[in-house]
Amino acid sequence: MIHASLPELRRALDARQISSVELATLFLDRIDALDPQLNAFITVDRDGALAAARAADTRIAAGQAGALTGIPLAHKDVFCTEGVLTTCGSKMLSNFVSPYDAHVVSLLKATGAISLGKTNMDEFAMGSSNESSFYGAVKNPWNPERVPGGSSGGSAAAVAARLAPIATGTDTGGSVRQPAAFCGITGIKPTYGVVSRYGMIAYASSLDQGGAFGASAEDCALLLSAMTGFDPRDSTSLERPAEDYAAALAAPAAARPLEGLRIGLPREFFAEGMAQDVRAAVEAAIEQYRALGATTVEVSLPNAKLAIPAYYVIAPAECSSNLSRFDGVRYGHRAAEYGDLADMYGKTRAEGFGAEVKRRILVGTYVLSHGYYDAYYLQAQRLRRLIAQDFQAALQHCDLIAGPTTPTTAWALGQMADDPVQMYLSDIFTLAVNLAGLPGLSQPCGFGGDGLPVGLQLIGDYFSEARLLNAAHRFQQATDWHTRRPAIAA
Amino acid sequence: MSRTDWEVVIGLEVHAQLNTASKIFSGASTAFGAEPNVQASAVDIALPGVLPVLNRGAVERAIRFGLAIGAHVAEKSVFARKNYFYPDLPKGYQISQMDLPVVQGGAITIRVGEGEQAYEKTVRLTRAHLEEDAGKSLHEDFHGMTGIDLNRAGTPLLEIVSEPDMRSSAEAVAYARSLHALVRWIDICDGNMQEGSFRCDANVSVRRKGATEFGTRREIKNLNSFRFLQQAIDFEVQWQIDTLEDGGRVQQATVLFDPDSGETRMMRSKEDAHDYRYFPDPDLLPLVVSPDWKARVQAGMPELPGAMKARFMDEWGLSAYDATTLTASKEVADFYQATVTAAGTALAKPCANWIMGDLAARLNKAELDIAASPVSAAQLAGLVTRIADNTISNAIGKKVFEALWNGEGASADEVIDKQGLKQVTDSGAIEAMIDEVLAANQKSVDEFRAGKEKAFNALVGQVMKASKGKASPAQVNELLKKKLG
Repeated sequence: MIHASLPELRRALDARQISSVELATLFLDRIDALDPQLNAFITVDRDGALAAARAADTRIAAGQAGALTGIPLAHKDVFCTEGVLTTCGSKMLSNFVSPYDAHVVSLLKATGAISLGKTNMDEFAMGSSNESSFYGAVKNPWNPERVPGGSSGGSAAAVAARLAPIATGTDTGGSVRQPAAFCGITGIKPTYGVVSRYGMIAYASSLDQGGAFGASAEDCALLLSAMTGFDPRDSTSLERPAEDYAAALAAPAAARPLEGLRIGLPREFFAEGMAQDVRAAVEAAIEQYRALGATTVEVSLPNAKLAIPAYYVIAPAECSSNLSRFDGVRYGHRAAEYGDLADMYGKTRAEGFGAEVKRRILVGTYVLSHGYYDAYYLQAQRLRRLIAQDFQAALQHCDLIAGPTTPTTAWALGQMADDPVQMYLSDIFTLAVNLAGLPGLSQPCGFGGDGLPVGLQLIGDYFSEARLLNAAHRFQQATDWHTRRPAIAA
Repeated sequence: MSRTDWEVVIGLEVHAQLNTASKIFSGASTAFGAEPNVQASAVDIALPGVLPVLNRGAVERAIRFGLAIGAHVAEKSVFARKNYFYPDLPKGYQISQMDLPVVQGGAITIRVGEGEQAYEKTVRLTRAHLEEDAGKSLHEDFHGMTGIDLNRAGTPLLEIVSEPDMRSSAEAVAYARSLHALVRWIDICDGNMQEGSFRCDANVSVRRKGATEFGTRREIKNLNSFRFLQQAIDFEVQWQIDTLEDGGRVQQATVLFDPDSGETRMMRSKEDAHDYRYFPDPDLLPLVVSPDWKARVQAGMPELPGAMKARFMDEWGLSAYDATTLTASKEVADFYQATVTAAGTALAKPCANWIMGDLAARLNKAELDIAASPVSAAQLAGLVTRIADNTISNAIGKKVFEALWNGEGASADEVIDKQGLKQVTDSGAIEAMIDEVLAANQKSVDEFRAGKEKAFNALVGQVMKASKGKASPAQVNELLKKKLG
């Protein structure tokens, strides 16, 4: 049952082969048994999960089940959950019990999905390795010496280790796609504005977007369908009808199901900086796509390399302002001893924030300062427009873009601890997608020489989530990479 | 050097609290005077994860203001974050507008001074932008600690910035008063200065007469009455002149006015000024005001004071002075129009006289606003009508007015009836009274006959007295002349 897909779980629940309480208990027990090795969860909400499962069982018995009724899941601890600790991986919020639910949380609650708990993450979603969490690093289920990726490392590790069938995440510069790649699962970040940011603790508002993790594209489609929809409480939420992404996958398998699909291969993504084993797996996956009927065409994203400097100006600028509310006045951590007001702010924030968060706040404060704003912030916004234009030009020649999600497989814990810039560079293939606001997906496509998963990234035009999920689903119907499990989930 | 060698330059920044029912970025109530923090929603206290949603009612009020002052209402404007730390600023930034404000330019005509000295002047506006208010820090009653009340946090403000066009404290006060009247006129702000709904900051500098460059300015913060505005500017101007004449220099600074001492004192110098690190708020889309929206707001605009003043002069024959006085505030104008509507436009002038004369004096004495006048517009119209149709004399009219003020009757007619004040027009009755007066005042009669005109007036007075004021003075005159002639 722990390896079952969501449609299989749905059938089992509806046929009363298993109750939602039993299913929740199964995963809760797995978390109890295995999470000490992984540290994927910050909070496990057994009581809340079982209460919700009992309600779900009643609903199922009444024949009123939706696609996710009774299905357990885990929320990244960036989403506010009413009555449940919501830390964002930070000491600053280590005592914060949210009085309200994030939009995503309330949507999933309303469908009857069961929240098992809150997953570990890089502090305030700043990081690519999940090592910046106040609650300690998450271990990669494939190898406990390796990082799971970040910032949604806990969610990715939980799904890969089958501590939860599916999980929510957020992606500001690759924080869903990169950990999905490192943990060998599927993850999708939709078009900016598709998932409401209300109740999702902000890192960089113009880039943050909720996303979904699952073992397969199909599971991601089911979860994402339940997370999307217009929310008037988020001014950047897009007012468009909700889509059923899973319905689009229902077409029967065929020999060449992707006949006519044009896949663009950005010259810049394949030029350099990709490890040999990653390149081999990605190129084999692209060959598989050709076998499924797709054609490939070389495209160019000439400004893609500018995504790193642009991102590391815009994201810190926004975070320096977004995190100002954590001042010790109304909630969260406050220094125990302080002199005057300035001293309270200083000590509270010095104690409450970790090194990476402080680094980005300082960078952001600097780039917004009088006299530097034009040279940094406005310039970065110009680059952002150029990057978005590059994608639009490339998408004139193809239906979607494919390439590696990351330049390497998961690195060793602690390996980049003293070299933040090296870690920033590892996001080279994912950042540009957030800057352009496009949807992106990562799916497993093989293993590196170290036995760690490799991810293939698919990028599409605005609102092409269904196309990305379908392309991944057809690949997964023809391959078994997405069914491979680490030993911990054997 | 003396004060007359210096020119004063003043620009004002006014924060007008917009009278929306809910806050600018949340659904919490804006009502004044609630228990601390009961009107602070999750958005207002800046819980993690909450987001602002713009209140279109606040935007509509900004558009009304822009249209009222002939400004450019920007089709696209941008909300920006003004970053600074303070305990009553929950997000650590204020959402405001910086580079692209919603209202750009515009002008207001002000009338300065009284009587012969009075003159009109046009003050140009730089801009008006939307922003949210902060909460309040309460330093008393907390035993060395500070209390935070976030009820006011997120209240919508329109910050109205003038050009440095004013040249005296009198002009500054006249401008502030005009602006105050206007925002109430177009119903975007209640104008309650005690509650902080209308607050002024004054940028003041002085320069030698004839100089082309402005002097260094100091900004006086948070003046919440017209009297303080005047006092603060006067003190500040004198301080700057004294400083310069003593060979000193004025440094750019922000100062506070202490109403108790009547002095301004330094709050922070330019060196201590914050770097607010403004940048466009990524949580809010650019504010788009479509031509259609603008047109709809335009269609709902009331007649503005300038247009109304012109109409009073052109159609109702009022003088410029009367028309200006009667359009000085929405309440006065409403009262006047209601009075004329009830009395008929032929009586527009006597209605004006009554409102600016007896009613204004009586309200002033009782310290009442015209909206709270015990004599209603309909009652006043009834009174003016009865004087005009000679039912009562003007003198009796004052009696009737007083009776209405004291609630002694529901209408002028009722008072006239009840108190028997109807003018006596029966010439027989008046002649009888004249005969009695002549008989009793032989001395005056003799004096008149001897050529003393004054004696005639004394006799008229006696007859009026005998009639208890109810006789028509004109009729008494006429009949008395006949009798004596």
